[in-house]
Amino acid sequence: MADHAAHDHAHEAHGEHTHHPDYVKIWGVLLVLLVISVAGPFLEIQVITLITAFGIAIVKAYLVVKNFMHINVAAKLVTYLVLTMLLFMLLFFAGTAPDVMESHGSNWEKPDWIAGTAHPPAAGHEESH
Amino acid sequence: MSAASSRPIATGRSAAGMPTGRLAVWWIIASEIVIFGGLLGSYIMHRLAHDAFAEQAAHTNTWIGAFNTFVLLTSSLSAVLTHKAADHGDGKKAARFLYYTMGGGLVFLVVKAFEWTTEIQAGYTLASNTFWSFYYTAAGIHAAHVLAGVIIMGFVAHTAKRQLEMQRVELIGLYWHFVDVVWIFLFPLLYIAK
Repeated sequence: MADHAAHDHAHEAHGEHTHHPDYVKIWGVLLVLLVISVAGPFLEIQVITLITAFGIAIVKAYLVVKNFMHINVAAKLVTYLVLTMLLFMLLFFAGTAPDVMESHGSNWEKPDWIAGTAHPPAAGHEESH
Repeated sequence: MSAASSRPIATGRSAAGMPTGRLAVWWIIASEIVIFGGLLGSYIMHRLAHDAFAEQAAHTNTWIGAFNTFVLLTSSLSAVLTHKAADHGDGKKAARFLYYTMGGGLVFLVVKAFEWTTEIQAGYTLASNTFWSFYYTAAGIHAAHVLAGVIIMGFVAHTAKRQLEMQRVELIGLYWHFVDVVWIFLFPLLYIAK
């Protein structure tokens, strides 16, 4: 029993034991999702557009990563690696989004020309002070 | 020195529970997640903060974006069928599917070149405004990855055809699927959310 498990592990480790699902069927599902994501905006309802665009993008990415990249049968290390990088992305977003998306905070205010509500100062203007 | 010991360690060693070559490609993908993630995260921040982005995005061609999505999804299918053929030890079939995948990549690039030419002629350039800077930077870096994948696949197909270095087939497939996943997110951001 233990020998059998070790044998299977060795095969997996060398990529000789990958389970191959019906890839054409998965591709068909991906194409149907693509059609829905293109058709969504024609309803002109913002919530529907967001769901059909980004909700479906997440589903499509999941299908590719799971079925084509076989992350579910890869070593756990791979899943942790990918999740760590996604966490870094969230940290980056949380750290910089307030500066980009807000015009002022507790101790700072964005100049109008950076906020896009006024023209930038003329060249050499700051040097003259 | 024996023939076995002169082979790269990525082909045989599996200290981390998987072949070292596969681990290396996942490391590349992990680093790419941060590169594309930072870029797309910045785009999302600006898109949410500035309504002007929606006005500019209205000028991108959804049908061209959708066609290229179809092309990349289909090339991903042929890439995974390549992996299946290699698993069954059929190098010739693996090489044939790799050529199909390369064809998909080339079609994607030709369509992209046509699309950019049209947009630049219409006056939308890298320097037009922040939206178009993001558009050309994100799509340009992605297209560079497509081109790199096509070139690497040429080398892999060359050896797979002769039943050599078959483990490389799965590795280039992993990279290609990741390039596909990046486009899956670029498509709604640049072409759908208007």
